Amino acid sequence: MTEFLTLLRKELLRFWKVGFQTVCAPVLTALLYLMIFSQVLDNHVQVYGVRYTAFLIPGLVMMSVLQNAFANSSSSLIQSKITGNLVFVLLTPISNVQFFVAYLLAATIRGAVVGSGVLLATCWVGGLNLAEPLWILVFTLLGGALMGALGLIAGMWAEKFDQLAAFQNFLILPLTMLSGVFYSVQSLPAFWQELSRMNPLFYLIDGFRYGFFAVSDASPWLSFGVALGFTAVIGLLSFILLVRGYKLRT
Amino acid sequence: MSLSAVSVRQVSKTFARTRQPVHALHDVSLEIEAGEFFGLLGPNGAGKTTLISCMAGLCRQDAGSIHVLGHDTRSDYRAARRSLGVVPQELVFDPFFSVREILRLQSGYFGIKQNDAWIDELLSELDLSDKADHSMRSLSGGMKRRVLVAQALVHRPPVIILDEPTAGVDVALRQGLWHFIRRLNRDGHTIILTTHYLEEAEALCGRLALMRSGEICALEKTETLIRQFAKHRLTVRLSEGGFLPPLLAASAQALPDVERSWQWTLDELSDIESVLSALRESGCRLEDMSISPPDLETAFLKFMDNGVEETA
Ligand SMILES: Nc1ncnc2c1ncn2[C@@H]1O[C@H](COP(=O)(O)OP(=O)(O)O)[C@@H](O)[C@H]1O
Ligand SMILES: [Mg+2]
Repeated sequence: MTEFLTLLRKELLRFWKVGFQTVCAPVLTALLYLMIFSQVLDNHVQVYGVRYTAFLIPGLVMMSVLQNAFANSSSSLIQSKITGNLVFVLLTPISNVQFFVAYLLAATIRGAVVGSGVLLATCWVGGLNLAEPLWILVFTLLGGALMGALGLIAGMWAEKFDQLAAFQNFLILPLTMLSGVFYSVQSLPAFWQELSRMNPLFYLIDGFRYGFFAVSDASPWLSFGVALGFTAVIGLLSFILLVRGYKLRT
Repeated sequence: MSLSAVSVRQVSKTFARTRQPVHALHDVSLEIEAGEFFGLLGPNGAGKTTLISCMAGLCRQDAGSIHVLGHDTRSDYRAARRSLGVVPQELVFDPFFSVREILRLQSGYFGIKQNDAWIDELLSELDLSDKADHSMRSLSGGMKRRVLVAQALVHRPPVIILDEPTAGVDVALRQGLWHFIRRLNRDGHTIILTTHYLEEAEALCGRLALMRSGEICALEKTETLIRQFAKHRLTVRLSEGGFLPPLLAASAQALPDVERSWQWTLDELSDIESVLSALRESGCRLEDMSISPPDLETAFLKFMDNGVEETA
C-alpha cells in the first residue's frame, strides 16, 4: 500500500507544485469562455427554461475535468519517459495495478480540483441548483477515470511532445468542444444530433448537467451506462498496454 | 546448493524496431554468486546495458530466463526488483524535487514509510549532506550521479548493479565511490559493475565477464584474465645484414618503423630463453635487445578489437 500511496502522492505533487499552470490557467480559460458566451447569449437564449449562463457552467466545469484529467496522466507519462526518470518507477516493485490506479486517481483528482475551481469562480452568476449531487459525483469520477486512462494510452504511445499535442488537438479538443458544452444538442439539426450522440463525452457532459438541473438531453441512466462502458473499454485497453510494457519496457 | 545472486540462462534479445535488427544479446548465460564483486567488461555497444536492463525488468528478453536471488524477473518481478538496486548509466533525474524528497519517494516506492536515518547515512556517505534540500536541477553532474547511487540503495538491496558509474566522474570522486562500493561489498552486498575500463575492473572485481557483440567471450577470475593480457614483449634488432629464419619469423612481428627489428609477445617471462637460444642456433647476431613490461590496456583493447582467437 505504501508503494501505491507514494506514487499517488508524487503524481499529485507533480501538478500541485506547478499549480499556477495546471490549475489556475485552466480555471481562467473557463472563466473567459463564460464571460464571452454569456455576454453574447445570456439575454437571448434559455435552455430547459434555465438562463444560458447557468446552463453553460456545468458544461464548462465538466469540460475542465475531462481536459485536465487527460492532461495529467498523458503529460506526466511523456515527461518522465522523455527525461528518462520513469526508470525510478519501473525499477521498483510497484505492480501494474498500483501504477494504473495511481495514475487514474491522480488524473481524476486533478480534474476534480480544476472543475471545483471553475465552479467556485463562476457560481456568483447564480441560477445553479445542486438537484442531484450524487450524479455530479458519479460523472466526475467516470470522466476523470476515462480521460485519465485515455491520457495513459496517449502518454505511452507518444514519443515526442508534438505527437501528444496532435492527440490533444485533433482528438480530445474536438470531442470536448462538440459534446454539448455550449448548447443543448436538441437545438441542433437532426444530423448533428445523431453525430453528437456518438460522442461518448456528450453523455458525460449531459449526465453531469443533469446533476445540477434534473433535466437533460438523454436520461442520466443511459448516460451512466454509456460512460461506464467507454470507461471500462478504454481502461481495459490502457491496462493491457501497461501490462505489456508498451513503449515503456523495451 | 547456494543460491546465485543472479542467474542468467540462455538470454537473447533482438531490437527489431530499428532500421536493421540489432542482436544485442545472443544466448548469454551467467551465474553470479552471492557476495561477489562481479565485473561486466566490454566496449560500447557490447550489450552490457541491455543485459542489465533485462535483469532489472526494464527490457524484456526474447528468450531465456533471469533469476535474482531465485526470483524470476518475469513471473516474480516484484520480489526480483526488491532484491535489486540499479544505478542507471544515463544521468537521469526528476527536476521537480529536492534530493531528500527524491530519496523519500524512492523509499516509498519500495514500501518503506520511514527511512530518514538510512537516507541521512547515505547522504553523508556520498558527501551530499549539504545538498539534501537542493533541487535536483541545481546539482552538478557528479552530484547527480551520487544521488543516483543513493536512490539505488534506499531499500538496502542485497544485489547492487552499477552501469558505468564512473563515466564522466572526476578522479577524487571516483576514488570515493570505489571506496564506498567496496565497503558495501564487504558488508555482504553482491556488486555487479559494468565498465569499459580494464583498470577499473582490475582494481575492484573478483571475477570478470568480457562481452563483445552481445556475447560473453571470456568469464574468468580477474587475475586469470589479467594474466592473459599481462604479457611481456621481447624486442631485438639484428646486426647489419642479418635476417630472421622463416621459422622464427613466424612467431614474431616485424616492427614497421625500425629496420631489422622484431618483437615477440611472451606467454611467460621464461620464454625469453627459448627465443634467444633459437636466435643463437640460427646464427643471428643482435645489435640491440629490450624487454618491455605488460601494457594491459593496449592488450585489452586489441583483444576487444580482434576477438578471442588472437590472444587465446
Ligand atoms: N532501445 C534500443 N533500441 C534499439 N537498439 C538498442 C536499444 N538499446 C540498445 N540497442 C543496441 O543494442 C546494442 C547493445 O547496446 P548496449 O546494451 O547499450 O551496449 P553497452 O551498454 O555495452 O554499451 C547496441 O548496438 C545498441 O545500439
Ligand atoms: Mg551501456
